[in-house]
Amino acid sequence: MSKKVVIIGGGIAGMEASITLAELGYHATLLEKSHSTGGHVQDWYQLFPNRRPAKEVLTFSELRMEGKVKTINDADIIEIEKNINDFRILLRNGKLVVADAIVVATGFDLFDAHRKEEYGYGIYENVITSADLEKRFSEGKKILTHDGAAPKRIGIIHCVGSRDEKSGNNYCSKVCCVTGVKQAIEIREMLPETEVFCFYMDLRMFGRHFEELYKESQEKWGVSFIRGRLSEANENTDGSILLKVEDTLAGKPLKMKVDLLVLLAGFVPSGGTKAIGKMLGLPFGDDGFITPKDEHTSTNLTDIQGVFVTGSCTGPKSIQDSIADARAAATQVANYLK
Amino acid sequence: MTFDLFVLPFFLGLIFLLVVLGIKYTRWINALPKADILKIRNGIFSRKFFLSIKEIFFESLIHRKMFKQNALSGWMHMSFAFGWFMLIVIGNIESRVYSGKHINPPYYPIFLKFFVHDKKVLPFEIYTVPGFFRFSMDLMLLLILSGLVLAFIKRQHSKWFGYQRKTKQTEFDRFALTALWFIFPLRLLAESFTAGYYLGGGFLTNSLGWVFSCFLPVQYLAYPAWWAYSFALGAFFVTLPYSRYMHIPTEVLLIFLRNFGIKTEKNFNSFSEIEVNSCPRCGICIDTCQLNTSACIHDTQSIYFLRSVRQNEVKQDVAFDCLLCGRCQEICPVGINLNAIRITKRRDIQTLTPNSYNYLIPTQPPSVDVVYFAGCMTHLTPSIKKSMTEILDVTGVKYSFLDADGTVCCGRPQMMAGKIDAAQQLMDYNKTLIQKSGAKTLVTSCPICYKVFKEDYNLNIQVLHHTQYLWQLMNENKISLKPSEKTVVYHDPCELGRGSGIYEEPRQIIKSIAGLMSTEHEKADALCCGGSLGNVQINSKQRNAIQKDVLDELQKFHPDTIVTACPLCKKTLAKGSEAKVEDIAEFVCKALQPTANKKIRKEQFKSLTKAELIELAIEKL
Amino acid sequence: MIDFGYNINTDRQIDYDANDHRMSHFILSREPSYNLCIGCGSCTATCSAGNFTDFNFRKLHLMIKRGEISEVKTKIQKCMFCGKCLLVCPRGVNTRNLILTINCAIDELKL
Repeated sequence: MSKKVVIIGGGIAGMEASITLAELGYHATLLEKSHSTGGHVQDWYQLFPNRRPAKEVLTFSELRMEGKVKTINDADIIEIEKNINDFRILLRNGKLVVADAIVVATGFDLFDAHRKEEYGYGIYENVITSADLEKRFSEGKKILTHDGAAPKRIGIIHCVGSRDEKSGNNYCSKVCCVTGVKQAIEIREMLPETEVFCFYMDLRMFGRHFEELYKESQEKWGVSFIRGRLSEANENTDGSILLKVEDTLAGKPLKMKVDLLVLLAGFVPSGGTKAIGKMLGLPFGDDGFITPKDEHTSTNLTDIQGVFVTGSCTGPKSIQDSIADARAAATQVANYLK
Repeated sequence: MTFDLFVLPFFLGLIFLLVVLGIKYTRWINALPKADILKIRNGIFSRKFFLSIKEIFFESLIHRKMFKQNALSGWMHMSFAFGWFMLIVIGNIESRVYSGKHINPPYYPIFLKFFVHDKKVLPFEIYTVPGFFRFSMDLMLLLILSGLVLAFIKRQHSKWFGYQRKTKQTEFDRFALTALWFIFPLRLLAESFTAGYYLGGGFLTNSLGWVFSCFLPVQYLAYPAWWAYSFALGAFFVTLPYSRYMHIPTEVLLIFLRNFGIKTEKNFNSFSEIEVNSCPRCGICIDTCQLNTSACIHDTQSIYFLRSVRQNEVKQDVAFDCLLCGRCQEICPVGINLNAIRITKRRDIQTLTPNSYNYLIPTQPPSVDVVYFAGCMTHLTPSIKKSMTEILDVTGVKYSFLDADGTVCCGRPQMMAGKIDAAQQLMDYNKTLIQKSGAKTLVTSCPICYKVFKEDYNLNIQVLHHTQYLWQLMNENKISLKPSEKTVVYHDPCELGRGSGIYEEPRQIIKSIAGLMSTEHEKADALCCGGSLGNVQINSKQRNAIQKDVLDELQKFHPDTIVTACPLCKKTLAKGSEAKVEDIAEFVCKALQPTANKKIRKEQFKSLTKAELIELAIEKL
Repeated sequence: MIDFGYNINTDRQIDYDANDHRMSHFILSREPSYNLCIGCGSCTATCSAGNFTDFNFRKLHLMIKRGEISEVKTKIQKCMFCGKCLLVCPRGVNTRNLILTINCAIDELKL
């Protein structure tokens, strides 16, 4: 009888870990809290850096899962019991799942932009988040202001809820900068008459082709970049948003009206990460993410025998990172179970 | 015989004390501003004089406020104060009975049992004159000794007395305290030894004297004991004006002057000096200070600050490390105006570079009835200003949003830092604008602004915080509110609650909409969110520690919403909160019943049911 | 070359080694969060005084770090001490205490 592995969290990392483990010959069960697997990638339109459709990556994983991985959706875990040889996971609907090893892939949530009140999300109608924008792209909707007009200028704000002591998150969420550049290009492609301004503190173009994407955004698409962090947004009587930043490179305060404001919301550890981590007794870092056994050499192991971690539950990751990390975690599990 | 050498330490000590006090008090009173001296003249021959006597009796002697805090602590302080007072009073009357004269030398009543040996043993005979005195004096001595025992126990078990953290005493205070602690046991010994040899003591001293006489040479021990007693008294008197016990006489003076209407204003004057010298260093302000309990800051509490003021060693970083939340002031048994003194001292640490606001040129604002001043902080919590402007629109009143394009600070943050002149420049600008608008009412969203508008701007118009304004609108039926199912907890902002005395209006507003849960610290005892602008020194980690503790308490029973009435509190509490943090203006705005007023909000239409829409349409027809 | 003690030309560059860093050291010793600034400009953007006049706290703070302190005394007088900068700083720099400390430094160094 092949050993049983339970993967908690059906996002891209969880999916990839489950597939790899199944292909290695283990009995893999994927527990997903919501109605369907796919996690946040289901909400994305195109992925950086090459703007390929997110659906392709999802389909790639979903096809390989078919028939090999047992998926349980709407799985609300209320208790995990660790015994000498195995784990017993109790779901709210009464079902009990037994595992020889657990992979925690509970992932992230997006920072709730309502909490950054001075940016006006939920207060001014023309302030949306990057996730809202991405959703409009995926649904094929036109990008319009709240009153249904075509925006003449769109502003994109970097570092919303990240690198911000006042939001309680000191860390960098890594992927928002390149997302902002990508979305800027997407907007310019869709609305050639619309100006796009990105307001940043730093531009973190860490991955392959990211810096080239940034260059392309300036050269081919005419996206403008202003180095200055938005302090507060105000609403004009016509619904447009008045921005007050300091153009630090010019050394002067800058005032600008935009018709639509996009907030690049960062990562926070998901509710599932907090709950499952607490249930298993895993250590959390100051940033709220789960700390693995060693941050260089054992990033998928924990101090608990048989419990492994992968994906963004241990820190912000891009999709490339998550897929690679999931496969690495699977090899660690295999090593443990052999 | 009415004199012996041994009375000299006491007598000389007493003279020294009276001279020093006389000089200090005369100097302080003379240095008061003329207006205050006039208040004294008017007060002495008024009802206020008797009110002061009453307050002295209930607070300085009985220590009523301390009893409310903790019964053991109250008893301990009362027994010393009241007991010693009664010993002096009864002793004086008793001495007249024995000497036959009205005026006796001051040491005579104190050492009466040495000079007079009434051999008749009357321990409990309270119906005769000598018996009554004998009994009462011993009873008062016993009372004091019970307090002394408690004081001793407090050294080991301060928690029983309500003190989580002990005061760090100076060496000098410890010496004075030791002298004080020796006084009454030595009196007991001296009187007991004397009674053991000559008889004539009260129920306590006589019995003890008899016990001692069984195994001790009491006739030889008595005289040294009287010397020791006199020395203890003398030592205490000599150290009193320079120790914490200066509060004993100074507190009495403070109560009189305070009842006459004198208080510390913006300058540190001799009345402030009197307040500072009235601090008994009881240490109650330590436990109530959140910098101590949450942020591990232990050197800035009022007790230490006042001590540093007396020693003329005020340190800048300590002076500015105070939230000015008022919790210590609220609980101080002597009622010292701690916030005012802190600010006056900040003023003394002024830096030389003045502030220059010449760039502010008042323009002509629109003429309106109501002027709305959001305040600096409110621009960072835009839901508040949006809610207020919507509510003002609904009422149809003619108003202008005075600082819509950017606030010129009300000036209170400068004032809290002791920069009175800088604050005045800002105040002049805003005052000009407000007056030019011709408005009869000023409504502000920020309690910090509200306090300075009300107390220092001298505007001759109605000044309201928006909670008061909303309450007014509700009572005048200008707005009507629909109930909500949410559970709510209210956080009292320091500047609105303790600072301005507004506790009820926000609670009444909330209760008319939703269920209000209570918390452990409320109203005058409310906690400070930690965001205070009063503290310039504190770092973000320490603020977060305070904020976290406050949030834990507010969210203890998992309310849906935390309602507050200050943009700074809102911003501070919202960080990492589970419950939704809302300002009362938002809370009210969301609960507004749709009216047939023309300026109806778009959202109101969205949230209406079909039936309500039809009703509205019919209403309009 | 004789040093007459004054300069007619203004520098076209920051001569870091020649500049006076005493103010910077004084401030750092009193307010350690001075080192945290990343120059994002939120403070300047939100500044109350900035709505009415030319007052750039980020720049002021940066110039002190570089040792360019000749204009600090005149510029710092414009601050209203309102505290908005403190509320928006993403690094948790205690901007208000910096203002107070800069004023103290001006007194200490007799500028």
